[in-house]
Amino acid sequence: MSEFSGTGALIRLILRRDRLLLPIWIALPPLFVVVVVAAFVSLYPTAASQQMLAAQIVNSPGLVALLGPVSAPTIGGLTAWRSSIFATVIVAGANVLTVIRHTRADEETGRYELLGSGVVGRRAPLSASLVVTLGADLVIAALVTGALVAFGLPVAGSVALGLSFAAIGWTFAALAGVAAQLAESAGVATGIAGAIFVLFYLLRAVGDANEQSGQSWLSWMSPIGWMRLVQPFAGERWGVFALFLGAIIALIVVAYTISSRRDVGAGILRPRLGPARATPWLRSPLALAWRLHRRTLLVWAAMFAVYGVMIGYLAKTSADLLATNPQLANLFAHFGGASAYTDSLFTLSLTFLGWIAAAYAITATLRLQSEEVEGRVDHVLAASVSRLRWATSDLAIAAIGSVVVLTAFGLLAGLTYGLSTGNVGYELPRMLVATLAYLPAIWVVAGIAMALYGLVPRLSFVSWGALGAFILVELIGETLQVSQSILNLSPFNQVPKVLVSGVSLMPLVSLTLLAFVLIIAGLVGFQRRSIG
Amino acid sequence: MSVIQIQNLTKYYGKTLALDGVDLEVEQGEVFGFIGPNGAGKTTTLRILLGLLRKNAGKVSVLGGDPWRDAVALHRRLAYVPGDVSLWPSLSGGEVIDLLGRLRGGVDQSRRDELVERFKFDPTKPCRTYSTGNRQKVALIAALVSDVELFILDEPTLGLDPLMEAVFRDCVAEVKRAGKTVLLSSHILAEVEALCDRISIINAGTIVESGTLAELRHLTRISVSVETAHPVTGLSEMPGVHNTRVDGTRAHFSVDAGAINRVMEHLTRFDVLVLTSAPPTLEDLFLRHYELQRGESAR
Repeated sequence: MSEFSGTGALIRLILRRDRLLLPIWIALPPLFVVVVVAAFVSLYPTAASQQMLAAQIVNSPGLVALLGPVSAPTIGGLTAWRSSIFATVIVAGANVLTVIRHTRADEETGRYELLGSGVVGRRAPLSASLVVTLGADLVIAALVTGALVAFGLPVAGSVALGLSFAAIGWTFAALAGVAAQLAESAGVATGIAGAIFVLFYLLRAVGDANEQSGQSWLSWMSPIGWMRLVQPFAGERWGVFALFLGAIIALIVVAYTISSRRDVGAGILRPRLGPARATPWLRSPLALAWRLHRRTLLVWAAMFAVYGVMIGYLAKTSADLLATNPQLANLFAHFGGASAYTDSLFTLSLTFLGWIAAAYAITATLRLQSEEVEGRVDHVLAASVSRLRWATSDLAIAAIGSVVVLTAFGLLAGLTYGLSTGNVGYELPRMLVATLAYLPAIWVVAGIAMALYGLVPRLSFVSWGALGAFILVELIGETLQVSQSILNLSPFNQVPKVLVSGVSLMPLVSLTLLAFVLIIAGLVGFQRRSIG
Repeated sequence: MSVIQIQNLTKYYGKTLALDGVDLEVEQGEVFGFIGPNGAGKTTTLRILLGLLRKNAGKVSVLGGDPWRDAVALHRRLAYVPGDVSLWPSLSGGEVIDLLGRLRGGVDQSRRDELVERFKFDPTKPCRTYSTGNRQKVALIAALVSDVELFILDEPTLGLDPLMEAVFRDCVAEVKRAGKTVLLSSHILAEVEALCDRISIINAGTIVESGTLAELRHLTRISVSVETAHPVTGLSEMPGVHNTRVDGTRAHFSVDAGAINRVMEHLTRFDVLVLTSAPPTLEDLFLRHYELQRGESAR
């Protein structure tokens, strides 16, 4: 068992290092579940209203693709439907980041050298991070189950839903364990895990949306699909958990096998050699920022483009369904018919998209901070480069980058849908405008990050808290009746829903001005303070 | 002409006093050593000279300008090697050398190739794979390719092997011959001894000693071993004599520079057969200051 020596000590080290992060990500899914249950209980108190809502959802391929179908027309079934995907994003994301942070990231930075020279087995770091994530996932499962039971929902369904969160979380922990063995850098390892997440999500989306046409096997190919296939509150299929367990065991075996064979610090994917000389254009802070950002930006843009194609395609299939189904057409008639339906689908997906693009803008802006913390900025500022020029270079890439990712989505969603309706000239421009209308709100979020970084760099991470709060306001506002003044706290709430209610310039102008003020405040603060 | 002038420089990190009235002057064309233990304030002083940190009080001038206000213009005329070199993991070493050189105003290709060759450096690897010594080489080559008047080097040989250290010394000597100024912080004493015209010793945020090596040697003790025909007596009672150990006709002691003459007169009475004295090394000087410091803080 010498390969596992030191696991206990490493577990304590992880708990010490993550003492703030762990409770936060453990608390998020149960909190969200409570909000969702409370909303459904208050808004849909009768069985009839619950059935009505479930019918609407099941007949909307767009919603089914985004969030999956509703397994049972009850509070439990609706809660499982509404919370599963959100919980998957949080739990899987947190598991991946935790495992990679305590395995590959430690090796990459050399922190592991100190540990590894002690009585620490080769498999200890991976084992320790898997034990910690398993513990956290089980706490989430217990809290979610407890909350659901407290609302009076059936115990079996509550346990199944809670366990499905833990199962998807730990599956991704094991997957991250493998990714951490493959790549030499933590960034690439996270990228591999992220790409697999997107792939599983897409498999599930296509499988769920085309269940009637016999493509549900696609959902069976994806662990994210298994969550719904557990069918919490709808005659639970406990056997699906065996699938999770099998996948997890297989992944852990693979990860252990590789970790026992490779050198510390090395991966399976060899890094390529770089150029001996820099290209002639690499001669300014802006060029450096582009060189450092470009790969990430390309990945983000590709993700947004794929999402655009998917939404455009879904809108088309939904429209087809409405055309062939008079009952459904009647149902949506009072919203304004098929076009109004696809417009509301686009509007809903744009809401998600705005949040994700804002997350991109924060990571791009806070590159400034990581450059400073890592001490790399010293090289640049000790050369003949002003602070203003350096900071605005990264900001420019963040600002242009958010334009690029949004354009990628708008262009492809508009093109895919326009081609299917044969009216590209009409659909493409309005999709693009509706997408780009989110830019000012995203810049406000980037502005918050810049202001914090410039004025109180230690609190830069609070910008993530701000984004989280905006999303929470939107989510709660969507389901509960909340006063407009609270809703207005979120810049996303000010974004005109172009497809539904047309362009209004005022909020766009005021958001842009706000972003500008925040960025200027950050730049002024940055020029006055010490570096490092 | 002074290239760097620092008067009464004070810097706080929050409530911690990092620099407590530092005075320093570096003349044009000299190699100036800035030595002191870890945490003494060397890096803080250098980062203030680069305009990266804000001072709390005092006067600082670099190449005739204010390092905070005129940072961009001044940096065209100086090059900096940080103590802890952190590089962009995805860029290759060659890319970083070219980029940093260009940001400072341009790279002389033949000089770059020559330095890459002399430091036996492989510029094609991504920076995340470089060892400490190789990262140090990137920063050194990037600094040395620039045609600047002043080099500010923060513990530049940390992580270099002895062969590379020799190459580095050659490079500094060439730079000095070209009339350029070097400010070099270190706690590698042999390096400072070999390279520097003048030094300042900093401890706990205060300059404790400044001057040429010859000047500073007067302040330290010489260690002496002597063999006499008759056993030596009365040595340990003499003022200025320390750590006396008498073993029959052999005696070992250290002596303050000012007391040598009297001690020699005393020794001749015992008929000196063999006398060896070790010149004061920078090590002695360093240890002496730590001792003094400890003595003071104990009081």
